[in-house]
Amino acid sequence: MAPTDNPHEPFGIDYAPAPESTAVVNIAKTYGHFINGDFVEPSSGATFPTVNPATETHLANIADGSAEDVDRAVAAARAAFEGPWGQMPGSERGKYLFRIARQLQERSREFAVLETMDGGKPIKESRDLDLPLSAAWFFYYAGWADKLEYAFPNRSVAPHGVAGQIVPWNFPLMMAAWKLAPALAAGNTVVLKPAETTPLTALLLADVLQNIDLPPGVVNIVTGAGATGAAIVDHRGIDKLAFTGSTEVGKAIQRAASARRIPLTLELGGKAAHIVFEDSAIDQAVEGVVTGIYSNQGHVCCAGSRLLVEESIADSFVERLRRRISTLRLGDPLDKNTDVGAINSADQLQRITDMVATGVSEGADLFQPECDLPDKGYWFPPSVFTGVQQSHTVAREEIFGPVLTVQTFRTAEEAVEKANNTPYGLSAGIWTEKGSKILWMTEKLRAGVVWANTYNQFDPASPFGGYKESGFGREGGMHGLAPYLHERADLTGGGA
Amino acid sequence: MTASTVFVPTKGGGPVSTTPVDAVSLEARAAALCTRSIKTTSKRSALHTTIRCIDLTTLEGTDTPGKVASLCQKAVRPDPANPVIPSVAAVCVYPEMVEHAVAAVAGTGVAVASVAGAFPAGMSAPAVRVADIADAVGRGADEIDIVLNRSAFMSGDLGRAHDEIAAAKEACGAAHLKVILETGELGSYDQVRRASMLAMAAGADFIKTSTGKIPKAATHPMVLNMAEAIRDYADQTGVVVGLKGAGGIRTAKQAWHHLVIVGETLGTEWLTPDLFRLGASSLLNDVLMQIQKLDTGRYSGPDYVTVD
Repeated sequence: MAPTDNPHEPFGIDYAPAPESTAVVNIAKTYGHFINGDFVEPSSGATFPTVNPATETHLANIADGSAEDVDRAVAAARAAFEGPWGQMPGSERGKYLFRIARQLQERSREFAVLETMDGGKPIKESRDLDLPLSAAWFFYYAGWADKLEYAFPNRSVAPHGVAGQIVPWNFPLMMAAWKLAPALAAGNTVVLKPAETTPLTALLLADVLQNIDLPPGVVNIVTGAGATGAAIVDHRGIDKLAFTGSTEVGKAIQRAASARRIPLTLELGGKAAHIVFEDSAIDQAVEGVVTGIYSNQGHVCCAGSRLLVEESIADSFVERLRRRISTLRLGDPLDKNTDVGAINSADQLQRITDMVATGVSEGADLFQPECDLPDKGYWFPPSVFTGVQQSHTVAREEIFGPVLTVQTFRTAEEAVEKANNTPYGLSAGIWTEKGSKILWMTEKLRAGVVWANTYNQFDPASPFGGYKESGFGREGGMHGLAPYLHERADLTGGGA
Repeated sequence: MTASTVFVPTKGGGPVSTTPVDAVSLEARAAALCTRSIKTTSKRSALHTTIRCIDLTTLEGTDTPGKVASLCQKAVRPDPANPVIPSVAAVCVYPEMVEHAVAAVAGTGVAVASVAGAFPAGMSAPAVRVADIADAVGRGADEIDIVLNRSAFMSGDLGRAHDEIAAAKEACGAAHLKVILETGELGSYDQVRRASMLAMAAGADFIKTSTGKIPKAATHPMVLNMAEAIRDYADQTGVVVGLKGAGGIRTAKQAWHHLVIVGETLGTEWLTPDLFRLGASSLLNDVLMQIQKLDTGRYSGPDYVTVD
């Protein structure tokens, strides 16, 4: 119920609407590919729609990339690599990256609103996380552009050439930033494909690239779905591939890339264990678990989707968790007070719905708080499964939605065993006030990132990536720079 | 500190345990709650709720009966030009001013709170502190604000810190007891959480952040920390304790973020004068100016509210 204007109405937390204005964004009716510095029509003339998942309203028609479009993009990237970009000193490349970072900061509201409209995530997340981190990534790698010989001392490194990059729909702009910034800093040129449900912020980034006079062809953006991605993966002119997305697609890409022996980095799925000991800061642990699984509607590869809680506090912890989840505000993603936004697409909503139904049919107990779902759009309430066994599907397979499973453990050894018993290994979380236990756990956990007494913290200087079926290669830090460089056979110097 | 200190409530019941606090996550959560956007109708109800929960305070060595009378007038009728504005919850004064305050607010529903028990340091003999409380109650105070014995608490003499509060509670009789932790002197959120549990177990009706006499006072993370302690205590014992933020709360925006923190942590049933107070002096005028802005669409200025 909306609050009334009665001055004596007690203050409630059903806050009056506080929507961010959409006047700041200007969405075109149709978008072409961004190739060689200009927007161009798709060769086939085919387009597909992108919609606002919170309202199902049509936002724009997007060019559907064919193999021919990809070929044009790769040719433009090759020409730029062999032309101005390849010749340019690192200090000059760095200036372009700094300009991109500053433009993202200056236009952050516009980008944040567009990200929320196209992807359904709450504006407070696109505003406070996606945009600041995207800018930070460019700032960080801008600094490396003229220091590659210090990053890799006594080695002579050079860029690969044309990098093909395919990014997912959960953090559309941020994932593009994670991929573009190190590739460009290292001196590569790029063909980037944003996800088909969330292409708009990447296309707005093209506008930024035009504004800062990035030489044509250095970054090319080809839009489309799986077939477009396959055309990039299979293109003979691509020297390096990077993909963030599902494990299933990642495996297909690895097969294709291995046949051609080109370097590849994969950042894939996860099924992270979030481990809470009885000696943790309990109230903050509850917050951490909630942030870990419900932020961005659980569309996070490193989401803490499996809660492992020490047996002695399990009941009270789950009770606190349920109470906290009941206060999450689900609704209009553009409202500044929304905590849980819309599911990214109808397809993803169907996958989540099916997985949760499987969980119920396999015998786990489902809790969902009472919450009104909007009539239009794609929505799923925050959900918790208790009574979960290690063999349950919901505890083994990535759901990529706002669904947490709860299991208990008695000893730290048991927690480690359960945490590691998964094909994935992207991230893990530990909550305990005992430092020695954190160190012991960190050594044992087979996960690329382990957070202690926090969750979902990202920094451009810190490497991020997975073990096992969560992929290989790292993004962030010097570790994220290395995959975009190779060691030169000649050691005649010259620096990259 | 150890992960869990255990207190046994004075009024009986099972032992109450306390949990550690992670400072980084606590502050992050408070900062997140302070991004709540309070607009239009919610802003109006937040401003009115703020006024209804204010303990309008003067604790100066220069206080006089005249100044207290003026403060009481303001407490009862904060904006003489706008009868819709509610009265504040209480006026808060030194013991010597209690009778003047009682006379000024008689029959208005505004309560009189008195600091007592060797406020603000509490560094007097236990008998003296109890006598001070009894004196304030005798003068007609409805509520007594005392300080935790930080000297005893920080030196590890939890028994003495607890017993002094229990004795104060007894001396209060029917008056409500608020226990000031003076958070800025306790050094960590862990210690504040522990002191909160100790004070509640000893019989506090309210726990309160600060005296207002030192700079680090009612910050948003600190109020969140104490709200979480109150929730924990209620979970463990079923006993409902109130929360008072005091010291450094000067703007309406600070105040409504406190309402957000308490409302989202303890539930909006806590947002009544029975369970939530804001101890302040200059806050009230900022709230009145914000209400004028809502009514007229324009900011007026400090000359359009009374300075008492």
